[in-house]
Amino acid sequence: MCDTCGCNVTPGNENLVQAGGKLASTSSGRDSVEVLHGLLHENDHQAQHNREHFERHGVLAINLMSSPGSGKTRLLEATIDDLGRDKRIAVVEGDLETERDAMRIREKGVPAIQITTGSACHLDAHMVHDALHRLDLDAVDILFIENVGNLVCPASFDLGQQLNVVLLSVTEGDDKPAKYPVMFRAADAVVISKVDLLPYLGDFEPDRARRHLRELANAASLFELSAQTGEGLGAWCSWLLAQIPQRDQAAVGERSFTVTSA
Amino acid sequence: MHELAVCRSLLRQVERVAMQHGADEVASIHLSIGPLSGIEVPLLEQAFSIARAGTVAEGAELVTSLKGVRVRCGRCDKESAVTVNRLVCLHCGDWRTQLVSGDEMELTRVEINIPETVN
Repeated sequence: MCDTCGCNVTPGNENLVQAGGKLASTSSGRDSVEVLHGLLHENDHQAQHNREHFERHGVLAINLMSSPGSGKTRLLEATIDDLGRDKRIAVVEGDLETERDAMRIREKGVPAIQITTGSACHLDAHMVHDALHRLDLDAVDILFIENVGNLVCPASFDLGQQLNVVLLSVTEGDDKPAKYPVMFRAADAVVISKVDLLPYLGDFEPDRARRHLRELANAASLFELSAQTGEGLGAWCSWLLAQIPQRDQAAVGERSFTVTSA
Repeated sequence: MHELAVCRSLLRQVERVAMQHGADEVASIHLSIGPLSGIEVPLLEQAFSIARAGTVAEGAELVTSLKGVRVRCGRCDKESAVTVNRLVCLHCGDWRTQLVSGDEMELTRVEINIPETVN
């Protein structure tokens, strides 16, 4: 996947890998180094590298996150059924164990790379980078990265995606955005899934979920759908398609920049 | 328990700083943490006490400065001190605010000891 596998240090980003910082002396006689780096500096650096790959190849990369069992894989199956003929989709699957989800996606005729994290509760940018080496990004329009089912840790690790999509199934309760603000604040779109079950629950109000999301100062698009019945799937797929042209323009921009600078 | 992963990443950065300046030990590591970073300071401190073993920061003190959550309103332009799950303007009630502070997850400073011969 890396065109110039060095693998990632360029004049443009080498300042990111230098952890040096300015040296000064403290009153106690010790030396003090000002750093001002993110704690996940290494991950963020790798994520930026992944992002550059996606943009160079014109790939829309989506980090799909939710609790376990919210229907991420089911949503992907339904999305592939709807868009798979017109758009080239690929999936990176993150789970603690098993290849089950990747097998479900492959049955739809779509390439899927399974990352088994063992006991790790989230994907990080290095794991995704390794998986990308096993995909031909030139043959992909949309790459879904299905994160480990977990509403806490995945929110802290940038993977290089362009968009975060968070699923919230109606069986989980409409106050999840208030309970997990770090995750829902990071969402570019929220999908309320399994809405075909709403009549049986009675206590989940999509408007309440929307209000909790807005209270996080998040203007994210909100979709209510059922991958099982297909209800609401059209709006979700239209939104996805609308995100792709922006990536195409970015890719064209990247290419013309390369030509100019050569 | 991603605090351990965060801690290992932090220690690799600290080790790099120490190496670049020829330090033989790290006295203290200073962090700036906001509640919206997803980092729990007690868990990070616990992870640090385990992860620092065998590193140049083995005897280092971890000093965390906890930032408050503040937003600036997009409508009335005033600032409010808010809670993590209600980032709404306290002056006019609008939810379209920008975070001013509260999501920090930064290594700000490292205090090291540089042996005389290296200086």
